[in-house]
Amino acid sequence: MSSPAPGGTRPRSIGRSFGRNLLGLGFVSPYLAFVAVVFAYPFGFAVWMSFHDYFFAAPNAIVEYPFVGLENYAAVLSDPDVRQAFGNIAVFLVFNVPLTVGLSLVLASALNAKLPMRSFFRAAYYLPYITASVAMVGIWMWLFSSGGLVNKVLGQLAPEPSWLVNETLAMPLIAVFVAWKQLGFFIMLYLAALQNVPKELYESADTDGASTVRKFLSITVPGVRPATTLVVIVATITGANLFTEPYLLTGGGGPDGASASPVLLMYQRGIEQGNPDVAAAIGVLLVLFVLAVSLINRKLTERD
Amino acid sequence: MKRALPLAMALLVLPLSACGGGSGDDGGKAATSKGPIKIWYANNPDEIAWAKKMVSSWNSAHPDEKVRAQEIPAGKSSEEVIGAAITAGNAPCLVFNTSPAAVSQFQKQGGLVPLDDFPGAAQHIQKRSGDAAEQYKSEDGKYYQLPWKSNPVMISYNKDVFEKAGLDADKPSLKTYKDFLATSEKLVDKGGVKAAVWPAPSSEFFQSWFDFYPLFAAESGGKQLVEDGKAQFTGPEGRAVADFWRSMYDKDLSQKEKYNGDAFADGKAAMTIAGPWAVKVYDKKVDYGVVPVPTSKGQSAAETRTFSDAKSVGLFSSCKNRGTAWDVLKFASSKEQDRKLLETTGQMPVREDLTGNYADFFEKNPKYKTYAQAAENTVEVPNVPKSIAAWQAFRDAYSRSVIFGKENPQTALKKAAAEVEKLAAQK
Repeated sequence: MSSPAPGGTRPRSIGRSFGRNLLGLGFVSPYLAFVAVVFAYPFGFAVWMSFHDYFFAAPNAIVEYPFVGLENYAAVLSDPDVRQAFGNIAVFLVFNVPLTVGLSLVLASALNAKLPMRSFFRAAYYLPYITASVAMVGIWMWLFSSGGLVNKVLGQLAPEPSWLVNETLAMPLIAVFVAWKQLGFFIMLYLAALQNVPKELYESADTDGASTVRKFLSITVPGVRPATTLVVIVATITGANLFTEPYLLTGGGGPDGASASPVLLMYQRGIEQGNPDVAAAIGVLLVLFVLAVSLINRKLTERD
Repeated sequence: MKRALPLAMALLVLPLSACGGGSGDDGGKAATSKGPIKIWYANNPDEIAWAKKMVSSWNSAHPDEKVRAQEIPAGKSSEEVIGAAITAGNAPCLVFNTSPAAVSQFQKQGGLVPLDDFPGAAQHIQKRSGDAAEQYKSEDGKYYQLPWKSNPVMISYNKDVFEKAGLDADKPSLKTYKDFLATSEKLVDKGGVKAAVWPAPSSEFFQSWFDFYPLFAAESGGKQLVEDGKAQFTGPEGRAVADFWRSMYDKDLSQKEKYNGDAFADGKAAMTIAGPWAVKVYDKKVDYGVVPVPTSKGQSAAETRTFSDAKSVGLFSSCKNRGTAWDVLKFASSKEQDRKLLETTGQMPVREDLTGNYADFFEKNPKYKTYAQAAENTVEVPNVPKSIAAWQAFRDAYSRSVIFGKENPQTALKKAAAEVEKLAAQK
């Protein structure tokens, strides 16, 4: 780093500054290229697609993709299945995000303390995150089917219809499944954040005779607020992209569409039925939805 | 949880390869061009065995027109893999697992070559398949698929469960809806099974092919879901079939929840709705018999129509050596190869007079004979544009009303009919 000239700061030489930026640019360019090719261009293409009558065609096929204005959006917004899917995902987020934040923060705090077998527990919570959803879904089907372990334990208290074919319970159950599966990742984020909470605060609180709950609420929760904002936003984004669970766990978004998600409909409309223009319109609306929810979440979680 | 990224990639990156430019349309030259080709086949062990032998036999006789064969790459379904390959311009010349329901979509994509382009092709198809061939013609009157093999859907029943329930296992009472319901009640009461029959109650568009459609084909004497742009399932036959299944679900004789595995093989269901592939799968696990699907009044096996569950072979437009591809297709659907297909897989070639052509096989394997007779009476899915969207619309309405009982089946099917007709009118 150059030392400032005597008598005040002097603009850095252009060449030196450019050289430093060039190096930085070199470091970030692989990621920028990745973002441009894998996210930015496809997203731009999706927006274009959503305003045209578009379908996938063979390279040699002579086809036209006429501009159709808002036709695809009108089709999507007037489709009761799409409206239901957005409603379902809202229900999912209402259950999933608070559960994810609450459980991961509590468990991270516990795992941050000096527990016996702490490493084992850290690995145990992380394991579902790195296990294939398909395998996990198989286990949950076994647990929550009408003759499954959970209903056997509940006996007379088992819901009727059972979990996976119950319109009211299917989506909350998926929200719990996803929260459990993702927990390891979010615990890891909180564990990292907890390392930055000054130990002195806890020591002072101990001196003042604060209880564990008081310390958690008055020191831990405010201390990891930036991490909470991140967890909420990431959980919202990943949750809004829900696909595998309704596809496999509830037999394609059942019962009667009660667990269908917008991404599941994108798959149906775009890939199975050959209407990628309509699927793209659903995708753009989903992006706007996630953006709006994330902004609200950010406002709420960053508020003092 | 799966992120949207893979889907976005599929939706959005595929067009990039489409935009990447092809080699220009050289269909005219390609139609007669000979040389090496690539083919895909299904990934079940029996079909792999048949395909390997067929290819080896072709290759040894045609060293300059070698066939390179592989299983269809993994995907959620063959159809989406083939659709992606069409868009990317790297589909093989032939796919021996083309779903008739997806043909109209592949055709719209410009992915399929009309087989009528090849001299004698239409005659080969018609001579091989007889009247059944008509169902595989596209709306422009051309064949974009060779109807290859079928798996006529019938009711397989577990004889042990029938006996346990005090029922006649050799002559089961399953002909009429009334009989079927009464038998089902006894099976669930005394047979130790959770369901009399357990078709997948999930929402995928194709599930109706294994509950509603076979019974509708039988009840209606062979009507398709849509004919001449009109939905056929709102008439008395469709209503009767819907009411029958509603009763099955209402009385818990069929389960609303998907079984995680094979309910019939695991002894959780007394019956299953399946084609001749079932013989190899269940033969060592279950002592079972086969009967036609029920109808309201009861029919003999000979007059009972059913769903074909057929697969076709498509010849794809990205193929450079189409002359060879057609020759291979003709060879693979010859009488000799059809025999090998039958012997190796137990699936029925879409060929007229199977029991006459391969009498010795059916004599040695009587269980297959029932399916062969049914194969003469199959009904295909309608070859209409937007076919898959139409089936999804139907499935959604069926699921809501028949399986979950949230709406009157007649009302739901009427709404579905309007949607299906709207889709059928689209190009």
